[in-house]
Amino acid sequence: MHAEPLSLIFLNAAIVNNFVLALFLGICPFLGVSGKRETAWNMGLATMFVMLVSSAAAFGINWLLTELDLLFLRLICYIAVIASAVQLVEMFVKRFSPALFRSLGIFLPLITTNCAILGLALFQTAKEYDFVQSLVYALGAGTGFTLALMLMAGLREKLALARVPSVSQGAAMSLMLAGLLSLAFMGFAGLGGGHG
Amino acid sequence: MEAQNQSRPAAATPTWAMLRTLGGIALLSGLLVALVYQVTLPIIAENQRVLTEKAVFRVLPQASLKRDFVLTKQGGLAPVGEGVDGEHVYGGYDAAGNLVGVAFTGVAVGYAGPIRVMFAYDPECRCLNGSKVLSSNETPGFGDKLDFDPEFLKNFEALDARLDAEGRALANPIVTVKHGTKNQPWEIDGISGATISSKAMGRAANAAAQRAVPAIERDLAWLKQQH
Amino acid sequence: MAELPNTQETLTPDTFLRGLWEENPVFVMLLGMCPVLAVTSTTMNALAMGLATTFVLVCSSLLVSLLRNWIPKQVRIASYIVIIATFVTIVDYSIQAISLELYAALGAFIQLIVANCVILGRAEAYASKQRLTTTFVNSLGMGAGFTLALLALGTVREILGNGTILGIHLFSPDFQPWVVMILPPGGFFVLGAWLLLFNWLRLRKERKQAEQIGVTAHAR
Repeated sequence: MHAEPLSLIFLNAAIVNNFVLALFLGICPFLGVSGKRETAWNMGLATMFVMLVSSAAAFGINWLLTELDLLFLRLICYIAVIASAVQLVEMFVKRFSPALFRSLGIFLPLITTNCAILGLALFQTAKEYDFVQSLVYALGAGTGFTLALMLMAGLREKLALARVPSVSQGAAMSLMLAGLLSLAFMGFAGLGGGHG
Repeated sequence: MEAQNQSRPAAATPTWAMLRTLGGIALLSGLLVALVYQVTLPIIAENQRVLTEKAVFRVLPQASLKRDFVLTKQGGLAPVGEGVDGEHVYGGYDAAGNLVGVAFTGVAVGYAGPIRVMFAYDPECRCLNGSKVLSSNETPGFGDKLDFDPEFLKNFEALDARLDAEGRALANPIVTVKHGTKNQPWEIDGISGATISSKAMGRAANAAAQRAVPAIERDLAWLKQQH
Repeated sequence: MAELPNTQETLTPDTFLRGLWEENPVFVMLLGMCPVLAVTSTTMNALAMGLATTFVLVCSSLLVSLLRNWIPKQVRIASYIVIIATFVTIVDYSIQAISLELYAALGAFIQLIVANCVILGRAEAYASKQRLTTTFVNSLGMGAGFTLALLALGTVREILGNGTILGIHLFSPDFQPWVVMILPPGGFFVLGAWLLLFNWLRLRKERKQAEQIGVTAHAR
């Protein structure tokens, strides 16, 4: 598995096994922040940044804990690092773009409980990726997350103007849309995977 | 981290109180986790052993006794013991103490992550004659055909795994071919509709056999004495 | 220090029942969706996941409630997360000790309980302000509501997608199951369908109430 080429790792994380639509990670922000395309875009970028930081940190922690033979503390350390990374992003955004800070609102601190990020850290450990592979995997996952968010936001912006039966308004409609998107993404199954 | 961000406006809480709380909680959680880890460790190891044993007897149904060996770096086999590490292979012996086959595991990436499979090797026919999927995330209804589809399991009745003249690798690498095009004894007839999973199975079988079979054949005489 | 509790809830049946229906974490508050969708391909997995989450939810809520006067406001989130992660690690090892097969089926989602917003949400919104007993009852209710929702999804998906319930075949052997229901899209569709049903029930109730008010107004 170590020989897995970087391009394939990226493709796999971004499209074939899309974190949101195939692995069900990060559903909360996916349903919560996909109302407008602009917010979705910003949220995607912020998440991708946190993913990169925590992926690099998780790699270091895993190495350290393996050396110390303390692997049972892994989960606690990972979540602590992610919480710090989110805090870092929050301070950064607050300082440089107060408008963005306001538009992301409650969802910025909630990145901590975005399971896509913890999932990323756990998966890269399980797959035994090296440092560069981990970073590419994080980049792919972030891209995939942003892509799913943007697709959803685009659909919902159009649907906001459509007349839908009152019974299907709100979350039910979003979930049905997500199901259709997920169905579409199943078509990518096997793309590039399996090395022939 | 929360502390650095917000401590300035709320000066009422002294830093040491925050440190005390965080330190206390970290200590408590460390203790709890370490305790549970120590308690469950032997149980988990036992579960793992039972699971492996079940799989070995499943792929080697005639066996009544299992012995564990390790593939050494020198390309041979050694008994499991302190300070010996490496991939495990499992020898199966019948009640009379005859070697009935050797089981080993292989891994390959399938449709949704790694598939771990246990294979049985029969030194008599020099072929793989059993398989059991240990773990996979393959799609239910597709990937689990690897373990249940009678047509696919026919591949593992006598899958050719002879060694080449030097005895270092398989004479013919095991490979999965498209459904219905199998015409060599070392080919696996794929499942139509689950191509990626069945191809992964072929890669797992090939990789595992390439590692284990040369060692088994080299130390076969010794292995037969180990019941 | 955390703001001193000004509204201590008294223990009523509602403390428990709220989590089941009115404030159901999945169907009403739409929290903790990831495991809801990911591990509900069979009833058994849904049940195991629900119980594991309930255990973490109850234990961490209790500890948060116990420590609520000692945790400074500034470090509360960090403290809660460490507490939750501790109990999740405990559950993780316990499930491995109970059954490795179950552990393999639930995959990474056991460890991902840490990131389940239901638990952090309970710690922040309820346990950090309320007494031990009410916290216990309330978090138990929330856990039960969560498990119920998981089961609602798991049973439907297993019946449609695999033709079985708890592994027992319901149909004749040549039944071709609707496999897409246990694949990712099925998760979204089934949850969406449940929400549609609840929406419909709610709207019907509202309409009935409106009619009744209309009738009384007319009579006057």
